[in-house]
Amino acid sequence: MNFLLPNLAPAYPEIFLLIMVCVALLAELAVGDKLHYISYLLAQIALFGCALITFTTSTPDVVYTFSGMFVDDTLADVLKLVVYITVSIFLVYSHKYVAMRGMFSGEFFSLVLFATLGMMVMISASNLLTLYLGLELLSLSLYAMVALRRDSVAATEAAMKFFILGALASGFLLYGMSLIYGATGALDVARITEVIQSGVANPKVLVVGLVFIIAGISFKLSVVPFHMWVPDVYQGAPTAVVLFIGSAPKLAAFGFIMRLLVEGMGGMVADWQGMLIILAVLSMVVGNLAAIAQTNIKRMLAYSTISHMGFMLLGIISADSNGYSSSMFYIVVYVIMTLGTFGMIMLLSREEFEVEKLDDFKGLNRRSPWYAFITLLFMFSLAGVPPTVGFYAKLSVLQAVMGVGYVWLAVVAVLFSLVGAFYYLRIVKLMYFDEPESDVPISPHGDVELLISANGMAVLVLGIFPQTLMALCVYAINQPI
Amino acid sequence: MLLGFPLLSLVIWLPIFIGILVFATGGDRNARLAKWLALAGSVLSLLVAIPLYAQFDSIMSGMQFIEYHAWIERFNVHYHLGVDGISMPLILLNCFITPLVVIAGWQVINNRVSQYMGAFLVMSGIVNGVFSSLDAILFYVFWEASLIPMFLIIGVWGGPNRVYAAIKFFLYTLMGSLLMLVAFIYLYNVSGGSFSILDYHKLPLPLAPQILIFIAFLLAFAVKVPMWPVHTWLPDAHVEAPTGGSIVLAAILLKLGGYGFLRFSLPIVPDASQYLSGMMIGLSLIAVVYIGLVALVQADMKKLIAYSSVSHMGFVTLGFFLFNAYGIEGAMVQMISHGFISGAMFLCVGVMYDRLHSRQISDYGGVANKMPIFSVFFMLFAMANAGLPGTSGFVGEFMVIMAAIKVNFWYAFFAATTLIFGAAYTLWMYKRVVFGAVASSKVEGLVDVTGREILILTILAAAVLWMGVYPLPLTEVMHATVDDLLAHLSRSKL
Repeated sequence: MNFLLPNLAPAYPEIFLLIMVCVALLAELAVGDKLHYISYLLAQIALFGCALITFTTSTPDVVYTFSGMFVDDTLADVLKLVVYITVSIFLVYSHKYVAMRGMFSGEFFSLVLFATLGMMVMISASNLLTLYLGLELLSLSLYAMVALRRDSVAATEAAMKFFILGALASGFLLYGMSLIYGATGALDVARITEVIQSGVANPKVLVVGLVFIIAGISFKLSVVPFHMWVPDVYQGAPTAVVLFIGSAPKLAAFGFIMRLLVEGMGGMVADWQGMLIILAVLSMVVGNLAAIAQTNIKRMLAYSTISHMGFMLLGIISADSNGYSSSMFYIVVYVIMTLGTFGMIMLLSREEFEVEKLDDFKGLNRRSPWYAFITLLFMFSLAGVPPTVGFYAKLSVLQAVMGVGYVWLAVVAVLFSLVGAFYYLRIVKLMYFDEPESDVPISPHGDVELLISANGMAVLVLGIFPQTLMALCVYAINQPI
Repeated sequence: MLLGFPLLSLVIWLPIFIGILVFATGGDRNARLAKWLALAGSVLSLLVAIPLYAQFDSIMSGMQFIEYHAWIERFNVHYHLGVDGISMPLILLNCFITPLVVIAGWQVINNRVSQYMGAFLVMSGIVNGVFSSLDAILFYVFWEASLIPMFLIIGVWGGPNRVYAAIKFFLYTLMGSLLMLVAFIYLYNVSGGSFSILDYHKLPLPLAPQILIFIAFLLAFAVKVPMWPVHTWLPDAHVEAPTGGSIVLAAILLKLGGYGFLRFSLPIVPDASQYLSGMMIGLSLIAVVYIGLVALVQADMKKLIAYSSVSHMGFVTLGFFLFNAYGIEGAMVQMISHGFISGAMFLCVGVMYDRLHSRQISDYGGVANKMPIFSVFFMLFAMANAGLPGTSGFVGEFMVIMAAIKVNFWYAFFAATTLIFGAAYTLWMYKRVVFGAVASSKVEGLVDVTGREILILTILAAAVLWMGVYPLPLTEVMHATVDDLLAHLSRSKL
């Protein structure tokens, strides 16, 4: 038998990360419980190494390997780089928080790295099986992370809901994939594209498969009506884990959509466009309206996430490279804002005290004008008010969707973003107009302080000079399609 | 002439930069430093804006002091600045009002002084940006950004009901501007990828989209002006805002709406503007007459002046949609003059409020006995508000009424009723507050204006009188631009 070693080069970052996870696990065993900082440092080193590999090996070419199951193109490179940075920032924000809550253990970091590996596989997958593999690796790590604080009733309940609904969604997705496989006889994304374009596949089976796939993706992306788990998980899970769930996996989900819907099922645009319009409108309506009624900050941000994902879908709905790059820009901006907002929530939390209620932001301007100002930037950015970067995210998806003639969709979107502005303003109101309820000094770690200031400034500076980030998204998208 | 010198950028970014420095002075321990820095910054910003007038070429109708740099290539957005005869006077007005606002808050604001002063300076720069942007996205960024400092000013330093007023102010204005954004994106797509306002002026458009764009613009600008029936945020915001906030709101922020009509609605969609001019004139006359009557029954002085602002701004929109030179120039004069007069009126109320902590007319009476100097100033501004000849209030109103009479006698008739109602509500309020016997022991304890207050009131009084007697320096700079605008309006874009 002749065994040819596949071209491993495109998968070097994944291989490196896998080795590093194993090293981290072993190191944990070797040094015991006392030196958890080793795991933290190893995780940061692993991410840095991955970034270095991805960056240095990045070429504008599209390279397939493992018999076409794995692809390395600009979209994969850019998305992966953003994922590394996001996870790295997440680790800085959360290490103090998890240490105070007894979650600072080797498992936490291994799970984070495994989840990251799952995301990378999702982003680079060009086969239904690889896609599913990456997705499950990510999901299983996330379930475990939510449940990591096992003496907390709320966290256990959240993990249970997350797991059951997540498993259901995976089932949907798998069933959809099997239907697609049945109709086209192919698992390869490129091959599926060809078969769909040639028109030999049974269109009815294809559409039913598509419905299931979209349902599965919608769950992972948290859009209405597959959003039920989001508020509960956000409320119940430890804030650090919520930050993780709310940030990097959205990038992977975007990659997933690009691979499966856009590349694989591009021939069925007319079908999925209609479905996505319904999902987007519902998400914007439900997300924004439900957020108003919340008194728990994490629940409010959960609904805000839902509405943002609806907004992001507008770019995908446009179904052209302009729209995809707008959506990608939106997702990246959304991740920057989410990192900052949850980072701030963790910064304000102390030992034995969780920032849960909106009222915990009361009078922040009295306690610390600088953090109040940074939170103000995040809030206005989430609301899409210039001169913050959130405005350009909204501008670019609106431009994309209007470019293909859906003016009404843009009008609906801006009207509901007006509704959305209300609950972000409420946080600003609490911080600036109200008197503080506690005067405990805010004393974050130096690294967190520095990074969250940089994060806040990024929202403002990218809001004044958004060109580079936009150009990066255009670069990522224009190559593969 | 300083060719190629980025004067407009300086006028925009200098106050913003100094505003940030003022923020950086930190807590109330450094309040003195913050105040002096803010004063120096605002005066400096006024000084650098003077060459805009001195070197302005009033023969030329096009844009001057142009700056043009690439900004966001992805959407072909440029950092494109320039002023013409319409925007230049408004920038000067803004730079003129800011130092007065800083001085007005000098002793009254004792709480988070650096944030208060810094917010006004930053807002002053942002508003200059709105008036000088020639790129739709740049315009929109400044336009929206101006909401943030005002929101905080009302909400942090305002009266008892400030939270409601601040949020109402923000959401009302945001609602209008979001639809304007949709219109901009539509124009971007139609024009083949340009956000340049000057390109939009030349862009041919069929009537149906023109009308939709007009309505989108109308919502944005009508809320800002504010026109009846979307004016309800204004009395709330004014009543709750601190004195400085009220002055800026009335003198500057309302002008953004009027400016929007001249820069966007009229030139970009001229046919829709003509088509819907009847409606616009109707709305304006309702504002003039009905809101004038509403002002008559107010018991709160700030509310009364707020309603009087809405009524006077009705003249501005009326003048725009008469489509003749007198109308548009009159409306421009009215905008500038209203900036002085309403600012001064709010300042007068602020002076009394600082002493008595009441804005209710019924709490006053016989103020003249205790504050004679103040009463003289207050009378001058009240007369100007009523449109007395010789004050700036008369010039604009007279020009607009002249323009209206050319179009339709009844327009002029209803518009002219303001001379009666305006006099009625202003002078009646003045009578109840200032004349008569000393009403209470609190009024008995009033002390007359301080040197600082006399300084601001004198400056404003000089401006009101100078414009009332000799408005030529103002009308002169806008002739060419207005003529050009009218010529442009007479050409159909269908």
